[in-house]
Amino acid sequence: MSWQRKILRVDLTAGTVTSEPLNMEWAMEYLGSRGLGTKYFIEEVGAGVDPLSPANKLIFATGPLTGTMASTGGRYTVITKGALTGAIACSNSGGYWGAELKMAGWDMIVFEGKSPKPVYLLVRDGEVTIEDAAEFWGTSVWHTEEHLKAKHQDPLMRVSSVGRSAEKGCLYAAVVNDLHRAAGRSGVGTVMASKNLKAIAVRGTVGVGNIRDPKAFFDASKAAKKVLADNAVTGQGLPAYGTQVLMNVINEIGALPTRNHKDVQFEGARDISAEAMAEKRPTDGKANLVTNQACFGCTIACGRISQMDKGHYTVENRPQYWGASGGLEYEAAWALGAANGVNDLEALTYANFLANEDGFDPISFGATVGAVMELYEMGVLTKEQIGIEAPFGSAKALTFLAEKTATGEGFGKEMGLGSKRLTEKYGHPELSMSVKGQEFPAYDSRGIQGMGLTYATSNRGACHLRSYTVASEVLGIPIKTDPLATDGKAGLVKAFQDATAVFDSAGICLFTSFAWSLVDVAPQLQAACEGDWSLENLNVVGERIWNMERMFNNAAGFTSKDDTLPKRLTTEPAKTGPAKGLVNGLDKMLPEYYAERGWTPDGIPTPETRARLGL
Amino acid sequence: MMNSLHIDASKCTGCLQCEMACSYENHGVFATSKSRIKVFDFHSTGRKVPYTCTQCAEAWCMHACPVGAIHEDKALGAKVVNETTCVGCKVCTIACPFGTINYVADTGKVQKCDLCAGKPACAEACPTGAITFVDASWTGLDRMRAWAEKLDTNAPTA
Repeated sequence: MSWQRKILRVDLTAGTVTSEPLNMEWAMEYLGSRGLGTKYFIEEVGAGVDPLSPANKLIFATGPLTGTMASTGGRYTVITKGALTGAIACSNSGGYWGAELKMAGWDMIVFEGKSPKPVYLLVRDGEVTIEDAAEFWGTSVWHTEEHLKAKHQDPLMRVSSVGRSAEKGCLYAAVVNDLHRAAGRSGVGTVMASKNLKAIAVRGTVGVGNIRDPKAFFDASKAAKKVLADNAVTGQGLPAYGTQVLMNVINEIGALPTRNHKDVQFEGARDISAEAMAEKRPTDGKANLVTNQACFGCTIACGRISQMDKGHYTVENRPQYWGASGGLEYEAAWALGAANGVNDLEALTYANFLANEDGFDPISFGATVGAVMELYEMGVLTKEQIGIEAPFGSAKALTFLAEKTATGEGFGKEMGLGSKRLTEKYGHPELSMSVKGQEFPAYDSRGIQGMGLTYATSNRGACHLRSYTVASEVLGIPIKTDPLATDGKAGLVKAFQDATAVFDSAGICLFTSFAWSLVDVAPQLQAACEGDWSLENLNVVGERIWNMERMFNNAAGFTSKDDTLPKRLTTEPAKTGPAKGLVNGLDKMLPEYYAERGWTPDGIPTPETRARLGL
Repeated sequence: MMNSLHIDASKCTGCLQCEMACSYENHGVFATSKSRIKVFDFHSTGRKVPYTCTQCAEAWCMHACPVGAIHEDKALGAKVVNETTCVGCKVCTIACPFGTINYVADTGKVQKCDLCAGKPACAEACPTGAITFVDASWTGLDRMRAWAEKLDTNAPTA
């Protein structure tokens, strides 16, 4: 059993902290992290809850492999009803914070209510207190983390916090830990700030020790690490290039959404690619990329650490941005770059720094910039309203909007609405490239058909991390499928969705799944934990988690009508590349998917399906 | 042949597998706070540096100990703390110029790297080769090789 079997319940309204035993019956059915945290959430919170009301809850959950030597075993999930989407939200983060919480002796923290004043939670093993955060409120994530460590004279403390964007109500605010690792999507940070909760500072010295069969665990985790090391993607591609290895690949296959999805190929893709990050700049002779970095326990180490050109217009005479920090990952590089037609790598890096510094999701932000630029070009939004001329391709507009969004000032308040509410406000809802209110990530579903179904059916709104069929459709993992075909995608999406739920719930990183299947995960779980973690059962657990999330969304008012795509993707054919002339074939895939799932034609799990999964 | 831990910080990614392996070996739990090897993350430069005891030949900690609780394992070259003898006076932690011997509040004793009886768990766990256990007399071999490789042996001699 590598759960700690203990959870923290923090009532922010009453200002109390209590410890309670982990519900092990639920752990056997929902594993941990995403699955188990969501089970707690759904049992305790009504689906109709207003995300920003005190009645919403916010759960930080680790998995059974978090804080162990299993490769990538450092992850945690933030679960709540999303501020951006109104759907179930579960945002996953790496770094070191999740493992620290587990090593402090806790499987999860459940926050409820709302504090009457800004506070932070201080966790030192079993000693847990709610502390006054007046001195940190109104400051950034970077400031908060640095000063919390100084205040407590503890450089080994790990901090997870929200920045000014969350405080100002930006609906896609993130929870950021370890300066640049984030539970980024759906506005989980917005919910945290709405509770007047600024940060969670953790120091754990108890450790994770209750491995069921240590010998078997060391054997299994070692064998699995070898699989990662021997794999071309996890052993070579990701450490060397990070996820940015994809930029040129996705552009070539004509699936790089460009200028708010008007185009599917970006002429400036190379300028913002992994290759460009590694090249020496003509200006200062240094490369943007300094090194790669691992999260806790990770033997892949795909993280990018970047350093800006000190002479770039964004940071000239601003030494606080001259040091190395979290650099561009593929999704951010796309959202800040191709999505707006901006090819200035340094401007993108700066905007990414700001997203980390003040905690907002660069995907939703960048996609909202794309919508604003389109509205500007149409003449709907003016320079006076925005505060700057904002045509597609303007790096100055991008960095201006990032600064405003970080602090929630001026047009930044509008930016914080996200593209759905912003485009609705200005009379053009069709320009929001989103599903269930959440913006698309970096794959155009005209060029990668399965991703259309992935986005449309994702329980947390448009997202690549619920079923990354790019692996199959582009990279051939585990088998190559045709990215331009819709046939067979329903089953593929279902399989990816269910398996992903297990990876997320175990406390490991989804990126292992480039090399691992559940066949590699099962023996690690089985050795570490009591219970049945056979391949057969894991498949059921994953499907159970997916259906549980779906049922919450249905109860929250989402129907099959919300399993949709913006009409741009289903009516405006791709203009160039291999997908030229194609739209996404969602209408064909969706009924097949419902049938695969055992749902009614209206997208509701049938009684038989629910009974089979114990729901 | 005597081996010693050799650290190549340029290969470190900051994954902390070494710290987990160390704490599990010595305390039976995954707890980076109990590790005898620490990885330092210099955030503003992106550098990660693992650091632990280098087993000084003339070990300050050993000489400073008033109760003789630190002895040398002659075969390994390791300076080893005998927890039964240690009285937790911490004089060794003052004597060590490198800070690699530390007091453990839970046990009331000090702890330092003892090379795991010749099979260091940290080196075993390191996925990138940043920590290796190599011939103590030739820790510079790889670096020498790297420089040797750069020599242009075809260059005309003056």
